[in-house]
Amino acid sequence: MTTVTVRIPTPLRPYTQGVDEVRAEGATVAEAIHALGAAYAGLLARVLTPEGEPRQFVNIYLGSRNVRTLQGMTTRVTEGDVISIVPAVAGGAT
Amino acid sequence: MKAKERRLAELRAAIPEVTPREALALQAQGAALIDVRETDEIAQGSPPGGHRLGRGFLELKIEDAVPDFERPLVMMCNSGARSLFAAEDLRRLGYTRLFSMAGGYTRWKNEGLPVEVPPRFDPLARERYSRHLMMPEVGEAGQLRLIAGKVLLVGAGGLGSPAAMYLAAAGVGTLGIVDHDLVDRSNLQRQILHTDARVGTSKVASAKQTLEALNPAVKVTPFEVRLSSANAEDVLRGFDVVVDGSDNFPTRYLVNDVCVKLGVPNVHGSVYRFEGQATVFWPRYPKRRGPCYRCLYPEPPPADLAPSCADAGVLGVLPGVIGLLQAVETVKILLGIGELLVGRLICYDALRARFTELELPRDPRCRYCGNGAAFPGYVDYEQFCARAAA
Repeated sequence: MTTVTVRIPTPLRPYTQGVDEVRAEGATVAEAIHALGAAYAGLLARVLTPEGEPRQFVNIYLGSRNVRTLQGMTTRVTEGDVISIVPAVAGGAT
Repeated sequence: MKAKERRLAELRAAIPEVTPREALALQAQGAALIDVRETDEIAQGSPPGGHRLGRGFLELKIEDAVPDFERPLVMMCNSGARSLFAAEDLRRLGYTRLFSMAGGYTRWKNEGLPVEVPPRFDPLARERYSRHLMMPEVGEAGQLRLIAGKVLLVGAGGLGSPAAMYLAAAGVGTLGIVDHDLVDRSNLQRQILHTDARVGTSKVASAKQTLEALNPAVKVTPFEVRLSSANAEDVLRGFDVVVDGSDNFPTRYLVNDVCVKLGVPNVHGSVYRFEGQATVFWPRYPKRRGPCYRCLYPEPPPADLAPSCADAGVLGVLPGVIGLLQAVETVKILLGIGELLVGRLICYDALRARFTELELPRDPRCRYCGNGAAFPGYVDYEQFCARAAA
C-alpha cells in the first residue's frame, strides 16, 4: 500500500483535531483523499462533490502539480508523495 | 608639445576614430554608444539609446551595461579627447572593438543628429533612490518607470499596509487606495499604515497621511468607497497594476473580473491565521498567458469554510510577509524585470517556516479569460457569494 502525506489547510483543521499533516494510504489521489475522509468525519464533503471531484473552491495538488493537469483524481501516487488541499482564502484587509 | 597632446596623438594612432554619422550607423548595427561625459553635461542632452556611464565609474559599470567584450563600443565625450582615454581604459579591461567619436557631442549636435534630454532627478531624489540608481536592473530608466507607475491597492489593511509603505518608499509615483472603513484599534496589530491616534478616522485618509510623510513625491489618491459592480471599473481604470488585499470573496471576484476585462495584472495575496498565499493573476501577461482567479476557484466556498480574519484571527506579522511579496511582484511588473508569479502560487506556512510553490494552470474553458471568451459582464457579487454559501 502506498503511503502519502496530505497537507490540511487551516480552514479544514477543525476536522482533523488541528493536525496540519496527515498520513493516508491509497494507490491514487482519490483513494488517499477517501482514506482521509474515512478517518475524519465531515471532512470529505468539504473537499469533494458527491461525484468525487474537487469542489469549485478547492484545488488538489500532487506535489506542485494541480491534479487537474494530471489524470485528475485517478492520478496514481507513489510512496512519500505530498498531496495538498488548497481552498480559496479571502482574508486580507480589515 | 604638451604631454597631453603627445599622449592624445599616441591614442589617435591606436584607437580608430569615427565621425558622429559613422557612430550613429555603428549604433544602428548593434554597437554600444558610451557617453563618458559628466552628469551635468549629459543633462544638457545626449544621443538616444546611449549608455550614459560617465568617466569616473566607467570601468566599474561597463560590464553591467555591456557584458559582451566582443561588442563594438563607440566612446563619446564632448570634443573627442576624453573618449580616447576612456577607449584605452576599456581596451585594457578586455574590450576588443573600440572606437572614439571624433568631435564628440558638440559635433554630433552641430550635424543635427538626434538628441534627447534625459529626464533629471533632483539631488534629493537622486539621494533617496541612490540604492536603486546604482543597480543596473533599475537605474535611472527603471526609477523613472517606478515614478511613472500607477498602482491601485484594494484595501488599506493587513496586506495593503506593508505593500503601500514599500511602494511609496520605492518611489511608485501614484498610489490609489480603496477602503471604505475606519481605523479600528484591533487593526493596529498588523496594519502599519495607521496609528493609535487615528483610531476612528478614515483609513484612506490615514494611509495618505502616512505615505506622504514617508515620501512627499508620491501622489496618493484615496477612494473612500466600497467597490461594487457600479464603480469598480471607474476606480480601477488607468492603473497599471492592482494589488488585491481585500478581505472578502465578493470583492475578490469583482476585482478579478475588472482586471480581466481591463487586462491589468492582479497581484493577489491572502492570509489566514498562520498561512498566506501570493500570486499574480494576469491572463494578458505578455510572456505567457496566465490564469485568472476564476480559473483557480470558479466559485467561492461556503461561509463556514471561509471565516474572515475578524472571525478566525491572523498572526499580525504574517500579512507583512505576504503584502511584501505582493509589493515585490508589483515593482517587478513596473520595471519589466524578472520572473513573475504568473501561473504560480507561493504558499507560506509561518508555523513550519515553509514556502511551497504550486502551479496554477489556466483553464482554457474559463468563462472570463478562457480561449475566445467574451467578457460575460459583471454580476451581483454579494448574491454570487451568498448563493455559493447556501
